[in-house]
Amino acid sequence: MKKIIVDNLKYRYPSAQELALKGISLEIEKGQFIGVIGPNGAGKSTLCQALVGLVPHFYHGAYGGSVVVGGLEVLKSEISALALKVGLVFQNPFTQVTGAKLTVYDEVAFGLENMGLDRAEMIERIDRALTLLDIYRYKDRNPFDLSGGQMQRLAIASIIAMKPQIIVLDEPTSQLDPQGSEEVFRAVDKLKSEGMTLVMVEHKIEKIAEYADKVALLSGGELVDFDRPIRVFSRPDLERFGVAAPVYTRICRDLKIKDEKTGLYPITLEGAVAAVGSLE
Amino acid sequence: MNSSIVVEDLHFAYNKGEEVLKGISLVFDRRSTAIIGQNGAGKTTFAKLLKGLLKPDSGSISIKGIDTKNTTAAGLSRHIGLIFQNPNDQIFKSNVLDEVMFGPLNIMKEEKRARDLALGALEKVGLVNELEQNPYDLTLSQRKLIAIASVLAMDTEIVIFDEPTIAQDHRGKEMIKGIIRELVGMGKLVLTIMHDMDFVAETFERTIVFSQGQVALDGSTREVFTQEELLKKAGLERPHVTRLGAKLGCSHTFLTAEEFVSFAKKSDHRGG
Repeated sequence: MKKIIVDNLKYRYPSAQELALKGISLEIEKGQFIGVIGPNGAGKSTLCQALVGLVPHFYHGAYGGSVVVGGLEVLKSEISALALKVGLVFQNPFTQVTGAKLTVYDEVAFGLENMGLDRAEMIERIDRALTLLDIYRYKDRNPFDLSGGQMQRLAIASIIAMKPQIIVLDEPTSQLDPQGSEEVFRAVDKLKSEGMTLVMVEHKIEKIAEYADKVALLSGGELVDFDRPIRVFSRPDLERFGVAAPVYTRICRDLKIKDEKTGLYPITLEGAVAAVGSLE
Repeated sequence: MNSSIVVEDLHFAYNKGEEVLKGISLVFDRRSTAIIGQNGAGKTTFAKLLKGLLKPDSGSISIKGIDTKNTTAAGLSRHIGLIFQNPNDQIFKSNVLDEVMFGPLNIMKEEKRARDLALGALEKVGLVNELEQNPYDLTLSQRKLIAIASVLAMDTEIVIFDEPTIAQDHRGKEMIKGIIRELVGMGKLVLTIMHDMDFVAETFERTIVFSQGQVALDGSTREVFTQEELLKKAGLERPHVTRLGAKLGCSHTFLTAEEFVSFAKKSDHRGG
């Protein structure tokens, strides 16, 4: 089942001269985890905002083509209707946390209170979201007393509690320590196994190589490639688009170690270990 | 040699009874230094103490012979520059050039000299064509570069970066790596707080690990990344290439992909 269908999407911000997205087309299946990569200015965040409807409903500007998420056509749907289908996790958790609530628990409850859920359902959803992101033990803390990493996990928990079918994450781990990043990726993996569809913009290329089902490579507002990570990262021209391949791939390329049949390079630690064999 | 920064038995708490820093003693020489550790380990607090924005509860910090307790952050600002993790905490002017000129003007540089310093710094970060822009019309990664330029323009002997590569793409990271190397080449003391272990391994001579308000490890970057168990205890991972070498059973601690490749090529030769 297709959860996201983007068809020839073109978009220009109101004050801009140039198109931020120049005719993007891609289809994402239910339960897939898509990594979006590319240099700054490639259109990655704009694409995220188009998936959740902030483009064009909030930013306005010139819009062409269509985006359908969870069966709703974005252009013809209210933001409030879209919000039940697709949630957005921002880069900076400080802009996501409301500031209106005094505890982590109430922060997650905030989004649910507007949905008219009964109390038992709310409690169940909040507990599950806090546990999934491993922040249940901070439930009575003030959100602003959390570290950056804990706060980002709170932002994700608040979205997850609303049970959207799709979650879009725009560089969610950029402020996190290695352990925090790994926790976010594991949580995303868990959500995926429960059938949720995930789209994540991320510069941590080794993590994308490990976890994503497919990678969308954007450059200059165009979709350069949309394929399995191993195929995208094996492209000899990847650096030209402002993206470095995973370190494992770069090493194997320099050592000319590839799969002879497919011509593809290892992209993960395990893949590189198997391919390199031994050093001594 | 007169060490730039001497920290002795530093203790600090935001709230009474909850110490964030629990007895830090460090001497910083001219080696470029990375400070790594989990979120909440006390790294940013430490940077703010060095900069004089916070004062020690006990113990002392001396910056070029000046005890931070006896001076203000303003008094230290000609010696030490701090680039905040979040540029929005730092930027307040309505155009890029004014923002970057503010620092040098504030430490009594003449208008013309301040302008030259600002332009030089903006050139380094690739924003010299954005002088009239409002920083808030630019992207987060560009604002981070403005914050970096603002501190570079002050031409201080000590520069502290708090997570400089956040929101930067591959090109931006390489640019920041180049800036750090250039500052080190100019004889400045560069301290950097960061989570990107690959970047740390490629860039810094010395690495210090903070864990729960204490120094858990301190040594050359290679020595520190050899300590797998202690790093794990501090909640940290080793760089990707280091892990690859270890997984392959190699006793050498690799810090860069280039090192690994040349080692592998040599060992290939030996094996015939």
